[in-house]
Amino acid sequence: MNISFILVKPIIRTFVYIRKLLLLCLPQLLVICGFFLLCGIVLFQRGQNPLEFYTTIFVSGFSSIDELGSVLFNATPLIFTGLAVAIGYKGGLFNIGCEGQLYVAAFAAALVGMFLNLPSVIIVPICIGTAMIAGAIWGAIPGLLKAKFGAHEVINTIMMNFIAIALTNFLVTSVYQEPNQMAPQTSQIYETARLSRLGGIIPFLPQSNLLNSSFLIAFICVILCYIFMKHTRWGYELRLVGNAPDVAAYGGINPAIVTVWVMALSGAVAGLAGVADVMGYQYRFLYNFSSGWGFTGIAVALLGRNHPVGVFAAALLFGLLNKVALDIELLMNVPRGLFHAGQGLLIIGLVCIEGISKRSSL
Amino acid sequence: MIFHLIPSTLRMTTPIGYAALGGIYSERSGIINLALEGLMLIGAYGYVVGTQASGSAWVGMSVGIGLGVLLSLLHAIATITFHAEQIVTGIAINIFVLGFTEYLTPKPERVTGLPELNLPVIGSYSMLVYLLPIIMLASHVFLYKTPWGLRLRAAGESIEALKTLSLSRAKWQYLGVILSGILASIGGCFLTSNVHHYTKGITGGRGYVALAAVIFGNWRPIYGVAACLLFGFASSLELADLWNIPDELLKVIPHILTMIVLAGLVGRSHPPAALGKMDT
Repeated sequence: MNISFILVKPIIRTFVYIRKLLLLCLPQLLVICGFFLLCGIVLFQRGQNPLEFYTTIFVSGFSSIDELGSVLFNATPLIFTGLAVAIGYKGGLFNIGCEGQLYVAAFAAALVGMFLNLPSVIIVPICIGTAMIAGAIWGAIPGLLKAKFGAHEVINTIMMNFIAIALTNFLVTSVYQEPNQMAPQTSQIYETARLSRLGGIIPFLPQSNLLNSSFLIAFICVILCYIFMKHTRWGYELRLVGNAPDVAAYGGINPAIVTVWVMALSGAVAGLAGVADVMGYQYRFLYNFSSGWGFTGIAVALLGRNHPVGVFAAALLFGLLNKVALDIELLMNVPRGLFHAGQGLLIIGLVCIEGISKRSSL
Repeated sequence: MIFHLIPSTLRMTTPIGYAALGGIYSERSGIINLALEGLMLIGAYGYVVGTQASGSAWVGMSVGIGLGVLLSLLHAIATITFHAEQIVTGIAINIFVLGFTEYLTPKPERVTGLPELNLPVIGSYSMLVYLLPIIMLASHVFLYKTPWGLRLRAAGESIEALKTLSLSRAKWQYLGVILSGILASIGGCFLTSNVHHYTKGITGGRGYVALAAVIFGNWRPIYGVAACLLFGFASSLELADLWNIPDELLKVIPHILTMIVLAGLVGRSHPPAALGKMDT
């Protein structure tokens, strides 16, 4: 009797927990299903077999360790930008400037990696640190403007995006361009500053797979972010300022100071997306290298309900979508624009559901 | 020296001028509109598709405006009826349009432009260039001298104001957002009718420059267009040749100016009081 109780209770508990989780994520799951359904309908209307589309998704995402590794590789920058947006959102701030922050950070990482030839143990942390500081500064400026002058961070982060992209484009085309090359890119960073590929280390993952240790950094970031939010004083301050700035001020927290460091932290995390590209994949700074990761990060945070674990899951989904978009274009001759358009509608669906549920809970 | 800059200044100013006027209508009614970029792009796209299909620039412009209205209606339904986050919806619409226009790319054929008006002294420009100051003045009169304009502004200033008059806030917000769709897509039509063909992502951030102009012009039609004129003039100066300032850095002048103005370092910025606030 007693033993069976011990055995059954955890199972029931798990079941109840899963049910709770499913109910919590039901709207999100519905929107995702709607998205796939819509894609199928559009393909059917194009005269292609939607079933072929669904099997392609499965094959290109999960058929082998190699494919799965590519999905994780595609998801890596999105984990960083998603976390960055989520951190800002929890602190009551909208960081739309991830794109700019990751450009600045990527450039900083490339510069340091290009000029300092030091052993890996020293140079890798220096590179990552410089990039994070660059991202943090770029994020802190809108935070400072908000704290000091009350200027809205959304407009300022958008403007900072353009400034960052223009500035790095200028530097890469005229000052730090690779010598004797036409392409707008910097020279390669030293071998020691590169993040190693995971192919060959993980069993069955081929050497050619692009998955690299920046994914491990992303994974650690998710855990750290969770601990930071839930179990530290600063995480508490951040959430309090985000939810009730008046209460925070009454409790002796200065919301202005929190605003500045939240934006700096968010920028630093967003900057890691640039690090993932420069140190883990391209080994140099490339003109216009980001394919809108900063903006997809907003969708990732939204889908993951601004929870680190949710963000991780949502980033994997968007990583899969980005990879599938390329494969579908190659295999089925469907322009990848279809997926981008679908992503736009997916985000609108999500915010609408969020808006309705917020209203009905009032 | 200044005179030869006039054509290029007008060419730069006109599209962002329309989009800025559109942005003013939307934001004055209390709805943040970051979708200006997407609305411009769909206008530019619709113009090319419509003109290629029919051969007439007027049909093209109607298609562009029609698509712009549909898209702004999507923004309006999501934000006003479903209370979706306005900032995210705007950005999502931009992502959608960029994908949509990439999916159904128009043929790379030359299209005819809108008819040009040849006036003595001033010269020959697209009729949309002449229409801009007229719409600007009309917007000023509408917003500040008519009861409808007062109501539209009231929707953006206070949640309660219209309620006390037992008027619908949502109705005026719908009007504001749809007007922004019409105007921003006209700006997009001008872009493609001016260069006669469509290239991927032809707006290239002009929607955000228009947004900057809205803020720089303190959410007022005449100041907003004046800000566009300033930005257009700055970008046509070609200082690259003059003082050796690189073009890339020149392009961010509007963005830096906007940040300075928004911080209140120069002048005082007065956004509509209930901008982005949803009624419960």
